[in-house]
Amino acid sequence: MSNLFRAADATSGISGPPSMAEYAADRIFRSIAIASAFIIILLVAYILWEIGQKAMPAVAEYGLGFITGTTWNVSKGEFSVLPEIWGTLYSSLLALLLGGVFGISIAIFLTQDFIHHRMATIFRTVVEMLAAIPSVVYGLWGIYVLIPLLKPLAGWLHDTLGWFPLFGTDLAGPGMAPAALVLAIMILPTVAAISVDAFRRIPYKVKEAAYGMGTTRWEAILKVMLPTASSGILAALVLGFGRALGETMALAMLIGNSNQISMSLFSPANTLASLLASNFPEAGQVEVQALMYAALVLLAITFLVNVAGLAIQQYTVRKFEGKK
Amino acid sequence: MTGKIRLAGHLAAALAVATLTLSGALSARSASAEDAPLVVRGAGATFPQPLYARWIQDYAQQHPEVRFEYEGVGSGAGVRRFLEGSVDFGASDAAMNDAELAKVDPDKGVIMLPMTAGMVVLAYNVPGIAGGLRLPRSVYLDIFAGKLRYWDHPRIRDANPDLELPHKAIVTVVRRESSGTTFAFTNHLGAIDPSWADSGPGVGKVVDWPGNAMTARGNEGVAHLVKITDGAIGFMAYEFAHRLELPMAALQNESGAFVPPGAKTGQAALASAEEIPEDLRVYLPDPAGQDAYPIVSYSWLLLYERYAEPKVAAALKGAIGWGLGQGQATAEEMGYIPLPETMTAKARETLARIH
Repeated sequence: MSNLFRAADATSGISGPPSMAEYAADRIFRSIAIASAFIIILLVAYILWEIGQKAMPAVAEYGLGFITGTTWNVSKGEFSVLPEIWGTLYSSLLALLLGGVFGISIAIFLTQDFIHHRMATIFRTVVEMLAAIPSVVYGLWGIYVLIPLLKPLAGWLHDTLGWFPLFGTDLAGPGMAPAALVLAIMILPTVAAISVDAFRRIPYKVKEAAYGMGTTRWEAILKVMLPTASSGILAALVLGFGRALGETMALAMLIGNSNQISMSLFSPANTLASLLASNFPEAGQVEVQALMYAALVLLAITFLVNVAGLAIQQYTVRKFEGKK
Repeated sequence: MTGKIRLAGHLAAALAVATLTLSGALSARSASAEDAPLVVRGAGATFPQPLYARWIQDYAQQHPEVRFEYEGVGSGAGVRRFLEGSVDFGASDAAMNDAELAKVDPDKGVIMLPMTAGMVVLAYNVPGIAGGLRLPRSVYLDIFAGKLRYWDHPRIRDANPDLELPHKAIVTVVRRESSGTTFAFTNHLGAIDPSWADSGPGVGKVVDWPGNAMTARGNEGVAHLVKITDGAIGFMAYEFAHRLELPMAALQNESGAFVPPGAKTGQAALASAEEIPEDLRVYLPDPAGQDAYPIVSYSWLLLYERYAEPKVAAALKGAIGWGLGQGQATAEEMGYIPLPETMTAKARETLARIH
């Protein structure tokens, strides 16, 4: 009896009240967590404020003309970025189209019992390894492998379908097509990995129910699995698009840095990120302000894309997944 | 072996953007200890960069006590850094103009020395044309004005009856950043046709190129882009085109002859300068003479007249004297034009003023 009381009395057991040290550790951890969360918000706000402040003179001087004009002339002090905005959106959309189709196809292939799940793991690892390749390597690969491969194809398309605006010019070397292709490969791992997770999250019962109702495999994938995973897939596409908008090095090497707006897939163009990277190192004071303004424009585009993505995602959650 | 070297050259060009961003951080001054070699830093034009790199290497073997560092950032940036005082010497293919000279710290003073001269060549990459392209004056002007769009344009065909010119789009490759090579080239074009300067792209270190031109950073960037682009033509220093084995066009000079770039034709162009002014600022926008290559430019070093550290001044004087003497042979070997005797004599006189 007395032994039992002694055991209950002892404070060193598992069920003792927390010590002062444990209280302290708990409080410290809590404050670190809160601080980290706020620091991130502060950091974003600070970056925005800093860029905004540096861009302010340019914003005041060029106003909206900065977004609608087409010249970038340092000597005359005329700056505008419509060709770069066009190039950024065009290359990213092309990349999203290609990378999206391939990424989602890969995700379906890996999750819908086409291959043994061990093989699927290997495939997935290989796809994710694409994300580990530095972008400068992609750029070099684009220059020495992709462009020479594309040239004959582009020449043929231009010769036979030259009336079609997409093939309006010949591919001389760097240009939109190689840039968009490399960009598609670069966003592929992001799109594929997140889409795979989206498919994996679907309870197995859903698929069983679909088969139980007599669907074929394709009907199950296209009409049941894909809509159910749609919010996750959209998140994947938004992230991929964001990555494509901001990608710099490979594009600076492949897009040809030409200040023009062209529908053609094969003509050189320029992007905002590439403009920033290549003009910053030796920009004078006035040009730095204009570049900061360009950075703000890029930030705004990324922000809008993310907000739009979020809105579409919530819409699909309501429509296809029956949640409110 | 050469293939490897060439690939390395391409890599270097492609990585230039990345290194430029890094180099800003690295160029901060470090205090040198007594026994460590004295470090003298400079930055500027990419046009003479291969030559300066070679000179620095050769000179270091004879004088290990000094280490020179040169960063090719373009002439415009070279002048800017020199005015800021963030380098010991600057380099530019366009001598500083009066407005820039006015910004120099009067305590330091400024001296501009032509160190070498070079030809601005038009290198091209046209499938099926291994060399021998001849371009009349009005033709290369219109090509860079964006008016001639295809290589088989009658005006190009007429000048080259022996060549089978393909129906390929002409892609002009120009400099993006402020560049002395651009100045030398556009200064020449402005001399050919005044409307280029007035209503065309203009004359200067940065000009308003037509929108479809591709832009690249540095002479090496232009050479690299021409190399990988079918139908491309770009302007650059001789050495850069030579290194990538790009064919260079023979250009029509003032007297109407077609002259390929070369040591003889370059020297003939420099010899056409009538008189060398006291400040050594000589421009040859359109050299006269049957054999003169039409686009040549001196390349200047920008130096302070008075240095805070006598050691730096002494090191610079030693090395520059060496460059004006022994170095000129290396320049010729590498495709630059050795300075005329009269010029080196004047340059040495001016050099003596540094202290």
